[in-house]
Amino acid sequence: MATVEVTFTPLPAHVRTARLIATAVARRSGVTEALLDEVRLAVGEACSRAVEMHRRHCPAEPIRVELTSLGKRFEVVVTDAAPPGGSDFPSGAPAPVAAPSGTGVTVPPNGAPERAAGFSAGFGLAVISGLADEVRISATDAGLSVRMSWPAAAVM
Amino acid sequence: MALEDFVELTLGHHTQDGIEVVDVEGEIDVYTAPRLRELLIDLVNKNNYQLVVNMERVEFLDSTGLGVLVGGLKRVRAHDGSLDLVCTQERILKIFRITGLTKVFGIYSTVDEAIAARQAEK
Repeated sequence: MATVEVTFTPLPAHVRTARLIATAVARRSGVTEALLDEVRLAVGEACSRAVEMHRRHCPAEPIRVELTSLGKRFEVVVTDAAPPGGSDFPSGAPAPVAAPSGTGVTVPPNGAPERAAGFSAGFGLAVISGLADEVRISATDAGLSVRMSWPAAAVM
Repeated sequence: MALEDFVELTLGHHTQDGIEVVDVEGEIDVYTAPRLRELLIDLVNKNNYQLVVNMERVEFLDSTGLGVLVGGLKRVRAHDGSLDLVCTQERILKIFRITGLTKVFGIYSTVDEAIAARQAEK
């Protein structure tokens, strides 16, 4: 069972709340201060991506964030309910291309809509992979699950 | 920080030595980034093509904010302009490094330094 579980309606304003809760639980779980910024940013990226996907595909469905203290690990799972196979990029936009850095990051090509959503959805996952100590992204029956974890000292 | 310590985004801008300086304070995320995008678009539409975005008082920046800054850079470059950043905070610089965008933006320690570097190129 998660230490703390949060569900929120897919509105951008709630992403900040999810970040703050995640940071508070991470601190309580013994994540060091040096890593808290990474937790905050990674959770924010995962929630922002989920919000964008929900607003596009299922705006009535909530987004779930599970925060779990596992002793020496702190784990966050952000689960969306956007349909499997739903694109991270706006419909009608050209296919994503590899970023110049060649790091596997994908961004919409030149000419794609400049909406922040188009830039950030797939980009956010790449940022998460650069922030979290461990990341697993998997399809679920309902949507996509982004599982992230960091080392922690058990203090609970 | 307590939930009730609500900090969103405060934006301002002024002209310094012929360059438009945008002062950003607070958090740039999926909720607030559209306001920064609107300001940058408005400044470009008013023929301000040399921009310095002062991020010294930014407390949080995510990829949505990066997208807005990249969008602003594209707009000013279409007019042979520039968009430089002022930032010394490690927590903010980190996301620029992770994404490789340190190579895309000029990033300076102070507004004066950013303006001096831009004027030296003229």
